[in-house]
Amino acid sequence: MKTKNLIDVKNLSVSFGNNIILNKINLHLSKKESLVIIGKSGSGKSVLLKCLMGLLKPNLGSIKIDGVDIVNTNRMDKENALKNIGVTFQNGALFDSLTVWENITFKETRFFGFDKKAAKEKALSIIQNLELDKNILELYPPELSGGMQKRVAIARAICDQPQVLFFDEPTSGLDPITGKIINDLIHKTVKKLGVSAITITHDISSIDNLASRVILLDNSKIAWSGKPNEMSKSKNNIVMQFLINK
Amino acid sequence: MIKVFNLIGKLSLSTFENLGKITLFFFMSFFWLFKKPFYFKQFLSQFLDIAFYSLPVVGLTTFFSGMVLALQTFSGFDNFNDESTISKIVLTSILRELGPVLAGLMVCGRVGAKMAAEIATMRVSNQIDALETLSTRPMQFLISTRLLASIIAVPFLVLVGNIIGVFGGFIVATFKLDLNPILYMISTIENFNSIDLIQGLIKALVFGIIISIISCYFGFNASGGAEGVGRATTISVVTASTLILTSTYFITALFI
Repeated sequence: MKTKNLIDVKNLSVSFGNNIILNKINLHLSKKESLVIIGKSGSGKSVLLKCLMGLLKPNLGSIKIDGVDIVNTNRMDKENALKNIGVTFQNGALFDSLTVWENITFKETRFFGFDKKAAKEKALSIIQNLELDKNILELYPPELSGGMQKRVAIARAICDQPQVLFFDEPTSGLDPITGKIINDLIHKTVKKLGVSAITITHDISSIDNLASRVILLDNSKIAWSGKPNEMSKSKNNIVMQFLINK
Repeated sequence: MIKVFNLIGKLSLSTFENLGKITLFFFMSFFWLFKKPFYFKQFLSQFLDIAFYSLPVVGLTTFFSGMVLALQTFSGFDNFNDESTISKIVLTSILRELGPVLAGLMVCGRVGAKMAAEIATMRVSNQIDALETLSTRPMQFLISTRLLASIIAVPFLVLVGNIIGVFGGFIVATFKLDLNPILYMISTIENFNSIDLIQGLIKALVFGIIISIISCYFGFNASGGAEGVGRATTISVVTASTLILTSTYFITALFI
């Protein structure tokens, strides 16, 4: 039976040796919701995202994606559940040996039998929505600027029309102006596609732009959760300390 | 004294741990060879990279080795410097040992280093994680295709290298040592033993597995940015070269 939440995380715990990274994390993501997870370095944000992407098996707990527990199921079911997720990695993680259009349509050309022409057309239609020039289609990732690489990574993530998008530190390594452009673009894309999103960031300015709900991770636990406009009014010590440091 | 034992213990444990992991890595990549989908384009590009682009360096190495061998045999065995002796020594040495080992070491330096660096870079820049999120199994897409390409390409290179090496010996024997070219060729054909060739090809097959698995294993498990990529590349080339030289002894022992 399908649950109304797209993602349901229950009692998620991860530790490396004696080092506890995540301690009994509970969270959910409903349809068309944009969740931003913030926290200082080492708070476990990236580990949490790796678990949600199925790249890291937690020690305890469950992660249900559209009703399928990807921690405690077989590989096939897990792979099928994860097909509904598009991911943009911190550094873009574009394949250096492939051109921009090959990167964007990586899944389509390999699994859905798209020929070169159809794949290029699809890539073109996507990059035009992301305010990228069509001339970049034949370029290789190292030939692009940081901001362009992020946009191409977003294009690759949305190409297969997933239900959920994950953004790992989308503004890291970018100057504040380009960072704002990328945040605006993510906001616009998420709204336009009507998808849910989880964004991991340490950039406080991303919250106003992207979040419909915010989770603050601290010391392996969820320290605070609420609406973005409630954050500045919060009397929670950890929230205040985080805001002051930022 | 305790410190020394501690160090030996740690070293032994880590060696056996790595050995176990590498064996498991090999079986996993072999297993995924027989599962759908088969990434033909990826395989072909790897095969071309190993077989075609390594051909000049392997050809050059075996050519000069054949030449040196003919010269050394002539000067070292001055009582037996006839066509038959020189051609037999050149042919047997190239087919059994020099062809496969030199080709293996050259491919290891050229292709093994590239494989390790490429995969390690993909690992540290999250490209391998990205593959997984794009419904692609990295083991199948990156490793199995390279393993299969190496298994086919290295014996092919050795075969071509053998011919070039024997030809190198022929050139020196006839043009520098003034031996009769017809007699040299006839005696080369007469001395040809298919077991020697098979021995060399088995070695090539094993070297192909060693090069691809060792390079991919250290690349796949790399960490720590650019330094990690460098470390993975160095350790993979050193380990694979050492294993090539070690395994050639054991394969030879099986045939004697």
